[in-house]
Formats: sequence, structure tokens, C-alpha cells
Amino acid sequence: MSTRRVMAIFRKDMREFRRNKQIISTMAISPVGFLVFPVIFLFAVPASDASTLYQYPVLLFTLAMAALVPVTVGAYSITGEREQGTLEPVLGTPIQAGEFLLGKGLAVFVPAAAESYLIFGVIDGLVWVLRPAAVSAAALRPLVLLAQLIFTPLLAWMGVWISMTISARVSDARVAQQLGWLIMLPFIALAVLFGFNVLPVTVPIGITAGAVLAALDAAGLRVVSAAFDRERLVLGTR
Amino acid sequence: MAVQDPDRKADAVVSVEGLGKTFGGKVAFADVSFEIGRGEVFGFLGPNGAGKTTTVRTLGTLIAPTSGSAVVAGLPLTPANGAQIRRRIAIVPESPGLYQRLSVRENLECFADLYGTPDPAERVTRALTAVNLADRADDVSGTLSKGLRQRVALARALLADPVVLFLDEPTSGLDPAAAQEVLILIEGLRRDGVTIFLTTHRLDEAERLCDRVAILNTKLLMTGRPAELRDQLFARVVTVRLASPLADPAAVLAGVPGVESWRFADGEYQLTVTDAAVAAPAVNRALVSAGADVLSLGESRHSLQDVYLELIGDQS
Repeated sequence: MSTRRVMAIFRKDMREFRRNKQIISTMAISPVGFLVFPVIFLFAVPASDASTLYQYPVLLFTLAMAALVPVTVGAYSITGEREQGTLEPVLGTPIQAGEFLLGKGLAVFVPAAAESYLIFGVIDGLVWVLRPAAVSAAALRPLVLLAQLIFTPLLAWMGVWISMTISARVSDARVAQQLGWLIMLPFIALAVLFGFNVLPVTVPIGITAGAVLAALDAAGLRVVSAAFDRERLVLGTR
Repeated sequence: MAVQDPDRKADAVVSVEGLGKTFGGKVAFADVSFEIGRGEVFGFLGPNGAGKTTTVRTLGTLIAPTSGSAVVAGLPLTPANGAQIRRRIAIVPESPGLYQRLSVRENLECFADLYGTPDPAERVTRALTAVNLADRADDVSGTLSKGLRQRVALARALLADPVVLFLDEPTSGLDPAAAQEVLILIEGLRRDGVTIFLTTHRLDEAERLCDRVAILNTKLLMTGRPAELRDQLFARVVTVRLASPLADPAAVLAGVPGVESWRFADGEYQLTVTDAAVAAPAVNRALVSAGADVLSLGESRHSLQDVYLELIGDQS
């Protein structure tokens, strides 16, 4: 695998995403729905009821964003190439399927993970600064912060592979986004289940869920590479 | 039956034998055989749907053949050799396929990395200079005209330093001035010894650029130098215009060396000859001896378009 070719695709896609107003605006808007409830809850809960946050670690609700943003961005990944007619020239170079997909995957993962961590940082910071110590101690307990730290990249990579698989098979970015959101629902549900304490935030459950996600992520590149069909992409068939 | 390439090349850079591609039950092209020598410009002509682009994509390892074999840039056309072959060739598709939001330089830098080009910054500048676009390097690709985008696509292909350059309809959709600029660039590549596989609808540009041409209509109909194709398909004709028709043409033209037959039509004599270089002076002498006033005498040359229409017309 050539690092130079992977980075060429990564740099190129990052430049394209940065200059695509549609991607920027979608990235900005799509997480809002998953932020409203936890933010209101965290800022409305009185210090006397801070213990509620031990039962309902609503901050983990925001993990849904880490699953959602890569699907939103990744939808443009291959459909964008198709729309510009660039698939044929790029696939006509010596690039291998794994290099192409990894470069594209990184270009989706990096902004998605960065946005998720940035928003977590802002929310966590505001809770820590503005809320009483009892609330911030309950909301920002180490296990929750660790879950944010670890599950964000795991969910983001899952979103990357799912969005890439769909993006390679449809011709319209919006259709790719909607299909991606649909397929990501079980992973988004995972965050919601943690947030509502249906799945308790315990170390064993966290390790199990993390291991499953990590295994799926590791298999992701192989599965997507195996399904990569230069001919189908060039011909635009499904 | 397959049309065999009569001009087999000892130093063939591309060698194709019985190649075919079908999509489900639909034949894109079938039983295609030809060879392209080093430094040759090989024209691939045919109507829409003849299989030209599919042939380019097949030889460029973008799609897999369903039958036959080929050697491209010295390597057998197999899935295992795909990346190696793509390292030695470059394809300029009909649509330039540039990243619209990136500048011209950014587009080329990306491809320089994909081709593993050493010293990419210098090579990008050199490629842009070669297509006379050095001053447009920082322009956003989406703002360029189609002609300029096609030149950027050519510059992109040059970054690969290709053994074979595949050009798929490079002047399609360009206005005459832009097409002329692209043709001049291709002529420059030809002078530099780049082997070029050119698909085109435009027979004038094939005649101008190509050493040899193949005419395809799903199957290969003919391969050869344009002049050879004319000779194979059409009898040589010498056309004569006189001030007044001959009273007894047979008395004058029969027995003239090289003249096989004649007919009078539209105020001129059309003589079918074996060799115009022999027949034309002899005809002129015979006419002058017979007291005829010769207004003009010359060989009628069939164009590549005549060849094309003759072959494709037979097919349709």
C-alpha cells in the first residue's frame, strides 16, 4: 500500500469538502437534532437533582452525532467523483482499491471525528464552567468522558465504511445520505440506549460494545475493498 | 471472421488478439485484433456505440475483457497486472474529469502523487508549460472552458510519462479553435515519440494525425494506413476535363497504358487506372495527339471519409 497515494486522495478530498458549501452546511446542521435534548437537559437539571445524571448519562446521547456526521460527509465521497466524471481518470492511475478507499475513508473520518470532539469539548466545557459542581461532576464523570473518547472514532469509522459502500452504489448524494442514516440507525440507537440508561454505562458493557465495533471497523476496509469493483464504478452500473 | 492486422509490429507496444467484451447478452466489441508499434499514432474510428470507448477502457484495465488476450505496454492484460499496466499508460477520457473545486495545479499535484511522479512540483510545471497553461495554474478548474479543461487533462496524462497514451475523443464538443489547439498538442506528442491510441469521430483529424487507423463497428472492419485502405476499397481514378467531348473515346483511350475502363459523366471522363503515375501522362499524350483541348487532368483521391462511409455503410 502506497502512503503517497492514500495521502493524495485524502488531501484532494479534504480540499474538495472544505470548498463544498453543501457539505459544510450539512455537517453543521445534521448534528443539531442530537444536541438539543442533552444540552437542554444538562442546563435545566437543578443541582439538587444532579444524581439523575448518574442514572441518565445524557451526554452519551451526543455520540449519535459521531455516527451521523461521517454518513453525511461520506455520501459525497464517491457520488461526488461520479458527478464530476473523475472516477475514470483516477481509477486509470496505478491506485489500488485499498489505497483509494483508505484515502477517502480518512478524508471522511478526520472532519467527522474532529467535529464530534469539538462539539463534545464545547458542551463538556460549558457544563464544567457554567453548571454547579454537583451537576458537572455527575455529567462529566470519567466513564462518560472515556466513552466519548473511545466510541467517537469507533462509530465514526463505522459510518465511514457504510457511507462508502452506499456511495459507490448510488448516483445521488442525498439518496446516499438517507440510506446511510437508515443503516446507521442501530449504531445511533446504541448511543441513545446508553443515554437513556437502557444499556447501563458499565465497564464490561462498554468493553463489549467497543470490541464489537472495533472488530466491525477492522473488517470494514476489507469488506469494502472486496466489494470494490472498478468496472462497475466506471460504467456507473449498480 | 476476424480482420487480421496486415502490419504486424516487431516492436509492438500494444498487441491485441481476438479481444471482446459483452455486457450480459450485448456485444460491446468482439474479435478485435491489432498491433501498435512504438511511437505510432493509431486511430480507432467508428460510429457511436461501435465499442471504441469500451476498447479503451478494456486496454486501460478499467474493465475486464470477456474474450481474447492483449499485451499493453509490454505486460499481459490480466487482473494481476492491472496496477503495473496503469503505471505505464495514461488515459484521457472524453470528458476531462477534473476536480471542479480544485485549482489546475492542485488537480495535477494529486495525479502526480497517484502516478508516483518524482519531483512532482517541477513535473507539474513542465506539464502545464507543455500545454501552454502555465499562467492558468492557479485558476479553479470549474471556471475553465471545455477546451482549456481538455488541455489540463492532457497535462495530467503527461505526468505519467506514459508508454502508451489513450485519447478518447479528445476534441469532442470543442469549438474549431479549441480543437485545433488540442490537435497541435497531439502532433507535438507524436513528434516526441509518444505512442498514441486515438479514438475519434473526426475523420479529418484521423487523416491528419494517424499513421494507421482501424475502423470498428462492434467488429473490426479494416486496419491499415489511410492510403492503403483507400487503395483496397477504391479503384484509382484519373479525371479528365476537355473543352469538348471526344467524338470516339474508344479510338483515343483504348490501348493507353494503365487505363482499364472509362466513363463520361458530368462533363468529364473518369478513367479507372492501374497506376495513375503511368496512366496520366499516357492519357495526356493520347488526348493531345487526338487534337483534344485538355482543360484539366488529375487523379481523384478518395478521402478517409469515403473509406469510412463505404465500410460503415455496408454494415448499416
